[in-house]
Amino acid sequence: MSHKAHVPIGPYHPLQEEPEFYKLVVDGEKVVDVDVRIGYNHRGIEKISESKNFDQSIFIVERICGICSSSHPIACVQAIEDIADIPVPERALYIRSINQELERIHSHLLWLGLAGHFLGYNTVFMWAWKYRELICDIMETVTGNRQNYAMHKVGGVRRDIEREHVSYILTRLDEFLKQLDMLKGAVLDDPVIHARLKGVGVLTKEAAIDYATLGPVARASGVDIDVRRDHPYAAYDKIKWNVITREEGDVFAKTVVRILEMYESASIIRQCLDKMPQGPIDSNPKDIPAGEGIGLAEAPRGECFHYIKSDGTNSPTRHKIRAPTYMNFPTFKETVIGETISDATIILAGIDPCYCCTERMLIVDTKDKIFMNVEELIRLSQEATARIKEKMGIK
Amino acid sequence: MNIDEALKSITDHFGSRVLKVSRRSVKRAYIDIYPKDVVDIVRYMFKDMAFRFNIASAVDDFDGLEILYHFSYDTSGFVISVRALLKDKSDPHIDTITEVTRSAWWIEREIHELFGIEFDGNKDLRPLLLPDDWPSGVYPLRKNFVVPKRDSRKE
Repeated sequence: MSHKAHVPIGPYHPLQEEPEFYKLVVDGEKVVDVDVRIGYNHRGIEKISESKNFDQSIFIVERICGICSSSHPIACVQAIEDIADIPVPERALYIRSINQELERIHSHLLWLGLAGHFLGYNTVFMWAWKYRELICDIMETVTGNRQNYAMHKVGGVRRDIEREHVSYILTRLDEFLKQLDMLKGAVLDDPVIHARLKGVGVLTKEAAIDYATLGPVARASGVDIDVRRDHPYAAYDKIKWNVITREEGDVFAKTVVRILEMYESASIIRQCLDKMPQGPIDSNPKDIPAGEGIGLAEAPRGECFHYIKSDGTNSPTRHKIRAPTYMNFPTFKETVIGETISDATIILAGIDPCYCCTERMLIVDTKDKIFMNVEELIRLSQEATARIKEKMGIK
Repeated sequence: MNIDEALKSITDHFGSRVLKVSRRSVKRAYIDIYPKDVVDIVRYMFKDMAFRFNIASAVDDFDGLEILYHFSYDTSGFVISVRALLKDKSDPHIDTITEVTRSAWWIEREIHELFGIEFDGNKDLRPLLLPDDWPSGVYPLRKNFVVPKRDSRKE
């Protein structure tokens, strides 16, 4: 008689925000085989893009992912710029970099919070998501939106960074860095986190290269790659920063890489704001000729790859999109097998598979002149809770 | 190694098996090959020259189905795409490269279901993105596939 049991997880799962189906084969508590079924969220964006014009394609790819809504458009506009060698003004390049790094910080914080949540360390979850708000506020100042920034266009960016916003951004960034120091200590010096993450879900360097892994997953396994340095785009070749790597390949190394990368991102944003020249932000290109182009951008999870083929009309004949998780995901074959089922969650989460984002509400009713901000909404919610408690007789 | 040295190394090694080289810029180049040579060239680039496999992408074109294997060389920052044209759209075949790199595992499954290209030697061509009950022989990224209109009255 076989002692092996099948443990299905998903596709609709209370823990994971996005639908996916894992089939774990376990022998006792040990995972001996694993398979995954994705596609529950497949929206056919590559097909949709073929029916849109080039400006609309950027709009569509921005909606691939709520977190990477800067990386996909950047990769996409770079692919289109690659077709026709469209120049981009220098100021726009700096603004693209600032946008990318803000996105990286908020995404890494999201992951850190979720990792804490998966480990049952909910304090980290609360802290990480709370301090992410500071970054979202900066994002709102820079782009006008907390998510789906609509910043990037072929030949430049849509919005400039106003001079009076610079000091606000820097103050918020300082405030954030103070909290990050605290968070870094709370995570990296915590004996429980060490016990849960060290030596868990190791991805060897050889496997990381063979699976062509990307981003923090590759860098935590000693593969020294980063699109920002290797295929310089935006303003990354004009400033000084470091690529963070670790050799261990376990979930702890992935955590360290992501935490230290946030410091580099903050430094990049500062340097960009300091060095950014005055000037136009858009080269206003006209037609896209026939041809093909490739755009690469380093998303928080790794390289975003866009291939666009144009036949000279105003919509792409083919638009191939490859998000970084696509390459990082199949490594579960290496990392989960042989581990215990209780560690499977954090290992699967260790590659930072893409999650949906939070929302915020702001009511503006110009007709009746009602304006409510976050504090007022929270007050409303507290009043409602108090009413319900009263009704139910809870003190 | 810059892009010209890389292209020279490939053309020296494969001679007339390389049909055409188009060098677009210092960062991008495209190489046309016969479909039968794909495994040899991919092995040479991935294993011997230490390129990273970005991804493969297929295109439904007038002359047939085109499949591109994109490789990037991160030490000096350029991308070389290897192009093979499968002329017979009714029964397109190409050898699998999963023997060379496991990173092609998912993309071959994806191209198989979306374009209907058979990867000879790949034993795992189960659907990846499309549902299990998707009709066979219907390939959504082919140009002749028309997105069905939704009947909102039924929803």
